[in-house]
Amino acid sequence: MDAVFKALADGSRRELLDRLHARNGQTLNELCEQMEMTRQAVSKHLAILEEANLVATVKNGREKEHYLNPVPINDIAERWIGKYERGRLKALSDLKRNLERED
Amino acid sequence: MSSQYVYVTYIRTTPKKLWDALTSPEFQKKYWFNMHQESSWKAGSPWKMVFEDGRVADAGEILESDPPRRLVIKWRNEFRPELTAEGWSRCVYEIEQDGETVKLMVTHSIEKEKAKLIEAVSGGWPKILSSLKTYLETGTPLPRPVG
Repeated sequence: MDAVFKALADGSRRELLDRLHARNGQTLNELCEQMEMTRQAVSKHLAILEEANLVATVKNGREKEHYLNPVPINDIAERWIGKYERGRLKALSDLKRNLERED
Repeated sequence: MSSQYVYVTYIRTTPKKLWDALTSPEFQKKYWFNMHQESSWKAGSPWKMVFEDGRVADAGEILESDPPRRLVIKWRNEFRPELTAEGWSRCVYEIEQDGETVKLMVTHSIEKEKAKLIEAVSGGWPKILSSLKTYLETGTPLPRPVG
């Protein structure tokens, strides 16, 4: 769980997860096109995300595809969110999303 | 183009116990939103996912079965017509010993871009896998999700 928090404690790595959330299964080249950093830096961030199991990779021929793996984040949420709270929290996050969409 | 999701979880268990948890209806009811699956889990045999009240949620066929390592299911939604219309998806379970833990990789894909089926199941898989992990590691499933 430490590895998950450490991996998430970085804006670039969260952005990489956002990119995969928008389009799953991207290669290193595809991810590099959208990020304002060197290929080595993107590659290093992806390795940290993979180590924390937030990114799962699948080999497809010579390419390696990257998939957002939300399971560890769900594990963390389940640890502290009880079954009675979940409905209310979902209502609150839906409300926040709807209100923020207005502008 | 196709739609694909990949989920990975590491569980402190054995490949055999994990395989049994994935294929036994009694185990499934503990961690799969009270649903269970019916199949003989051999290649070529029919497969279906059944709601608590007996309605069929999804159905298909076992394409590959190599216990306790690999299971491939041909999977189609049967209860939402717009998802049934998308046709067959493919769900692959891969189980691998990884040091003291067992790695479970679930790959769910369909030959259709932005498929609604994959979107629909993508909300469920992380919850199912978290609950499966908790159940195998502690003997107690997570409370059933609300909403």
